Amino acid sequence: MRPRSLFQLLALFGVAALVLSACGGSSKKKSSAAGGSGGTLTTLAQAAAPGSPDPQINYTLQEWQMLIMTHDGLTAFKKAGGLAGTQVVPDLATTIPNPTEGGKTYVFTLRKGIKFSDGTTLKASDVTRTFERNFAVHGPTAGTFYKTIVGAAACLKTPATCDLSKNGVIADDANNTVTFHLTSGDPEFLQKLAVPFASILPPSTPMKAVQIPPPGTGPYKFVEYNLHKGIKLVRNPFFKVWSKDAQPAGKPDVIIQKFGLGPEAEVTQVENGQADWMFDPVPADRLNELSNKFPDQVHINPLTADYYMAFNVRVPPFNNLDARRAVNYATDRNALVKIYGGPKLAVPSCQILPPNFPGYKPYCPYTKNPGSGKWTAPDLAKAKQLIAASGTKGASVKVNTDTTDTNKAFGLYFVGLLNSLGYKASLQALSPDLQYAYCQNSKNKVQFCWSAWSQDYPAASDFINILFGCSSFVPNSDASPNLSEYCNKSVQAQIDQALKQAITDPTGANVKWAAIDKEITDQAGWVEMFNPKQLDFTGKRVKGYQFSPQWYFLLDLASVK
Amino acid sequence: MAVFEPEAEGIVLDAEETGGDIVGRSPWALAGRRLLRNRISLAALTLFLLIVVVSFGAPIYAHDIAHTDPFASNVTGTIKLNGKTVDVIQQGTGKLGLGETPIGPTWSSQYFLGADNQGRDVAARVLYGGRSSLIIGLSSAALACLLALLFALVAGFFGGFTDTIISRLMDLVWAFPVYLLAISLATVLLTSAHGLNLGLFTLSASSLWIPLLIIGLIYVPYVYRPIRGQVLSLREKEFVEAAIAQGAGSFRLIFREILPNVLSTVIVLLPLMIATTILTESALSYLSIGVQAPQASWGTIIQDGQALLYTRPWVAIGPGIMILLTVLALNVFGDGLRDALDPRSKVRSR
Repeated sequence: MRPRSLFQLLALFGVAALVLSACGGSSKKKSSAAGGSGGTLTTLAQAAAPGSPDPQINYTLQEWQMLIMTHDGLTAFKKAGGLAGTQVVPDLATTIPNPTEGGKTYVFTLRKGIKFSDGTTLKASDVTRTFERNFAVHGPTAGTFYKTIVGAAACLKTPATCDLSKNGVIADDANNTVTFHLTSGDPEFLQKLAVPFASILPPSTPMKAVQIPPPGTGPYKFVEYNLHKGIKLVRNPFFKVWSKDAQPAGKPDVIIQKFGLGPEAEVTQVENGQADWMFDPVPADRLNELSNKFPDQVHINPLTADYYMAFNVRVPPFNNLDARRAVNYATDRNALVKIYGGPKLAVPSCQILPPNFPGYKPYCPYTKNPGSGKWTAPDLAKAKQLIAASGTKGASVKVNTDTTDTNKAFGLYFVGLLNSLGYKASLQALSPDLQYAYCQNSKNKVQFCWSAWSQDYPAASDFINILFGCSSFVPNSDASPNLSEYCNKSVQAQIDQALKQAITDPTGANVKWAAIDKEITDQAGWVEMFNPKQLDFTGKRVKGYQFSPQWYFLLDLASVK
Repeated sequence: MAVFEPEAEGIVLDAEETGGDIVGRSPWALAGRRLLRNRISLAALTLFLLIVVVSFGAPIYAHDIAHTDPFASNVTGTIKLNGKTVDVIQQGTGKLGLGETPIGPTWSSQYFLGADNQGRDVAARVLYGGRSSLIIGLSSAALACLLALLFALVAGFFGGFTDTIISRLMDLVWAFPVYLLAISLATVLLTSAHGLNLGLFTLSASSLWIPLLIIGLIYVPYVYRPIRGQVLSLREKEFVEAAIAQGAGSFRLIFREILPNVLSTVIVLLPLMIATTILTESALSYLSIGVQAPQASWGTIIQDGQALLYTRPWVAIGPGIMILLTVLALNVFGDGLRDALDPRSKVRSR
């Protein structure tokens, strides 16, 4: 999942359940007293989540945090803090089915009597229609997450006439069952069903993008979605708890998110008790103030996310492996961590997979005294030696970042570093709304681009295959998350093998993922900077703060009473 | 050269200015004399020149006094302060140890105004930034005035179709809000992969020439209008008719008869235009579409300081004060220059 904008980057990155587990729940402040139900939870964000509000199109944490309170899929990530939050549990389905036919068939039985917030009763055929709609509205992951559904290939070609009801997603309304047929086994299929793209929508939902999320089955419903003013959620009168794990009732009666204030003003409002939480990252110059005056309202949790600078391996000078490795050796990751906010908020790293993630094995070749797997200090001598060997000295390099303070500061750091290595570097800072798409499009020949990535769900492929897989590089497209334009056939074959093995042998597959991680790290497709941590600043009256590695702050579990 | 003198228009000057010692002096000498009498204007000019000298002395300050490279990051660096080694960027001291704060003003040779979030010496950057801002401000104002003068002379003298074409072109540029036009041009040029290709030579996106040209061009109509009006009026004057009667050609009429009479207007406008272009440059750089990193300008430093307003306000205040002083000095000097070169306005104001 790519964060929605740089004002929110700190807030947008994935999950760290295993870290929490390993550290015994390293959240600075664990769940406090649970608190009661009722009241209005007021949250703030600088702007609405970018892109369409349609739940099958929007791909941002900001909207997903709302959608998980209003909509349900067949499965869900357990709504709980810590490690439990990464567990897939049945939601609209009664149980998690065991796949048959080598992982190619899943039969789900739906719970009975569940109603959408408009009063319509959920039927099996709604599931089929939902998945057809996913293709019809050109969902951003239709061609990746759900391409293995039988019939998906035709739906991708002609979305308007998409029909999955015959072979791909077969509904039996009488027996309340839905059968998924896949073209090949997908070890991550149940997780893909648990994200909002797969939230089941009522039959009244048009087969085109909508401007306010349609009715869902969750404990809340959208009553306002104004891109300039804010969002308002109220209780869904038709909701009854069917699974506390998947979809608890929620504590506040009303949840609102106001748009328009800048992060500085947001901090002040939360400090003054005028708001209960801010979605945007706390500005760096307010951190010390919070640390001094409001330590009990600050919550810090590790994320399974990467901050990185992607080399374009097809454009000079970084089509040269020595040049890429040289920059990796020269990068002072401690400096980058300082720019980000200090060691309390980020941990230096060299590799693709974040710590304690499936397939993670510590590895860091780009440091002085390598071997421990940890980054300790830059090795400038080695870097200069590699630059000389590469013959790229003197080349011009544009360092691309967005214009937000922290990310621009990363860019400036790299401009200085590249100049000190003998390149002619300059900064190209673009608006946060444009920068990611600009970097993705190979037409722009971006040489060195800042970006960040957090998990969609806890699986190694969500990093490695998406960020370095051949199919993730789409030439001349704004939707090409493989920013490095790296496509190595041998590595891709290993990725495909690991994906296949994960169906029957997840542990063995993780060993393969670790090897792939090491190989790509050696190929230096990017400069991995660090793994960030999430800082949430909540209002004084907020009780029961819980951090899910998947969804971050679980808003509906917090109490304001 | 015939210079249009105030006396010829029947303007009555006061006793001091019509004293016997005026006789035989050129209008320029008279203007210089009036300017020298205006102490406030001279003080403003001195202040401006001081800022110019200090800004252009930035390399000396950085290398010999502050001993720093104002363009290189020094995030993990340290300095000696009162005998102690301290981090340039310091970890927060609160209960949670959050945040990294750049060192504040030391009021000594190193980090006089403190550091920015890259650990760079703000004072050194303010001086380097002044150099960029002044180069762009002075050059773009000169460019705007030169082009405007050229267009105004041609349009005003020849009139008719030539005047229509040039004036409508100027109207077209004028129709766009200044900042909108500048932002549009800068955005296109700065995001272009190859900068600005001008045929014989190419300007990289980070070149100072790009903001200089953009700002210079967008202000041409603002100078063009008053000068064209004056040319239109001058070409009907008797001394021009006399020159025509003597067989003077267009070139001579424009450059020998009319130009000397509009120069004072251009000179009066120049400091005001410099002040305007410095402000425009600062605004564009603040918006990241003027001077490009790693170079500095007062606008970029204010932008750097925006993220540190709560903890290190001097990062933004320093360049802000420099802009204030420069623009103030130029405006006050510009007023004095106008009073000196255009005594009619002084007479009218009495």
